[in-house]
Amino acid sequence: MKAAFEFLRTHTFYALILLLALFVVFVEIIRPGTVTPLWASNALMFAAPLAIMGGGQTLVMLTGGIDLSVSAVATGSAYLLATNASRGDGYALAIALSLGVVVGIINGIGVALLRVQPLVMTLGTGLMTGGIMIVYSQQMMASQPHVPEFIQTLGAGKVATFVPVDLFLWVVIGGLILFGLHRTGFGRLVYAVGDNREACHLSGVRVWRVLFVDYLLCAILASITGLVLVGGTNAADLSLAESYLLPSVACVVIGGTSIFGGRGGYGGTIIGALILTVLTGLLTLLDVSEPAKQILFGAIILTLAAAYARLTE
Amino acid sequence: MTAFKAYRALQALAMPALLVVALALTKVAHPDFGAFDLQSLALGALPLALAAAAQTVVVISGGIDLSVGSQIAVANVLSASLMQHASFTQSLLLSLLVLAAGAAQGLVNGLVVAVSRIPDVVATLTAGFIWGGVALLILERPGGGAPPAYLNLASGQDFGPWLPNALLVMIVAIAAIWLPIRFTRIGLLIYAAGSDPVAAFRSGVNVRDARTLAYVFSGLACAVGGMALTMTTGIGAPLAGSYYTLSSVAAIVIGGVSLLGGRGGMVGPVIAALLLTLAPMDLIFLGIDPNYGQVIQGSLIVLVVMIAGLFAYFQDRK
Repeated sequence: MKAAFEFLRTHTFYALILLLALFVVFVEIIRPGTVTPLWASNALMFAAPLAIMGGGQTLVMLTGGIDLSVSAVATGSAYLLATNASRGDGYALAIALSLGVVVGIINGIGVALLRVQPLVMTLGTGLMTGGIMIVYSQQMMASQPHVPEFIQTLGAGKVATFVPVDLFLWVVIGGLILFGLHRTGFGRLVYAVGDNREACHLSGVRVWRVLFVDYLLCAILASITGLVLVGGTNAADLSLAESYLLPSVACVVIGGTSIFGGRGGYGGTIIGALILTVLTGLLTLLDVSEPAKQILFGAIILTLAAAYARLTE
Repeated sequence: MTAFKAYRALQALAMPALLVVALALTKVAHPDFGAFDLQSLALGALPLALAAAAQTVVVISGGIDLSVGSQIAVANVLSASLMQHASFTQSLLLSLLVLAAGAAQGLVNGLVVAVSRIPDVVATLTAGFIWGGVALLILERPGGGAPPAYLNLASGQDFGPWLPNALLVMIVAIAAIWLPIRFTRIGLLIYAAGSDPVAAFRSGVNVRDARTLAYVFSGLACAVGGMALTMTTGIGAPLAGSYYTLSSVAAIVIGGVSLLGGRGGMVGPVIAALLLTLAPMDLIFLGIDPNYGQVIQGSLIVLVVMIAGLFAYFQDRK
């Protein structure tokens, strides 16, 4: 027993997988017959946008930062896509993703060059983005927003009845993040900067370049998340991704990435996103009111994060 | 040393001066600006000023409270649902209950941060989600109310049209929260914990207790803010609080409280709360879409921190 505990303590990734399995078993116990290939395929489909957003959040948290503008960027991108869809798919897509690029550049300038605390910087840009979208939506009242066909396929489509389309996107993005973090110089620098910014600076690392690219990537990933989400709901409104801010942070923290930087990785975040998705499904199965679900969800996140902090001490 | 003192005095005067300038500019843009507008400014700024006060105390202690809005929402719906059919005297007694609930909320936040060792940002972001659920549990949709005499405490003009009650409530409530921190040992501990936790610990300060205490103060300020919201709007709204989380951070950044902890006072954030409320009003006076208010608020945060960063950058290069 003690040896098993010690193993989990040193191999936290397996502890996470065990936890995920435990939640799946819970689901099956509460309503037998729920866990089917279709259920699993839906779980993957819903986990994909969270995991993509969590990927960006992982990148910035590894450097000791945080990005609180991700939900505003995701919502804004989705809204821009839907309102510009009539001008052609390519144009709409370019406009939508450019929001991520612009916010990412502003965040990057603030955090990387001017050394502003990431929390305040991204809170500010998030407020700005949200505000601009409100003003923009007032002027767009007349036009009828619609979600392009290919985005709907991306967010809600399935190949061969069981493989969600957004899984392909997730696999590509996830693969790039994992490769980038573990097999490239940039990845090593992300960890190094998170570990000790001053030491990096003294060793001749251009810290600002690493951080700038980091925040730019995070915002672009948030932008892509917005597109997947709006494809899934097929309705663009200004509260689309609001509820994704907490889970995007939580899946990274539960996945074992330290918010102080330098420790963790995307593997944990993937499992974290799956855990939160299964947990949301589990709470839906329970016969409780919406507010009670919200309280339970928060309490479980706190418990898991606290347990993780204890386990790895 | 005298130069330092002069600098501090200048800094302390800067925010009030900014408010005077902003009010003067408002008067120029809108010559009709009078007692009525002053009343709506005070009403709008009252809950935000208390949210800013809550955030200030926690940030000085070295943390950050992203659950301020949800805590205000809880106090708002709790007071509005309890006082709906109560008399004025009963309402006053119930206010004490709401204060106690606010302190309890703050204590839970503080203990979660202190015991779980989850970073403040994540812990209070999650706690805010939970408190939001609690607010919805108390009151599912906007409703409730309070006796007219109770609402009048903040929305009345008992001392003439140029001295709205809301302004007095703001001054009294902020003083009640701030004076114990500014002039007692408690405040010294909170500043010490935020300024340098390691040094504070080595000097015998119980950093964990000091920081938990800061969250309790924050909970109390949020409770007052929530009741103020009941007084100014007349109802309880479970989702009304979310605005205050972000705006409270905006207020402290503009008000000159360092997010690194241990630095800053209360005058700056409270005046910033007034400025943040005045900005959308000015937009209406100027005939601009008031929805730009949020854009301005966000841009102000970004500009203020970026300019501060720019100064620090050039200082480093010297």
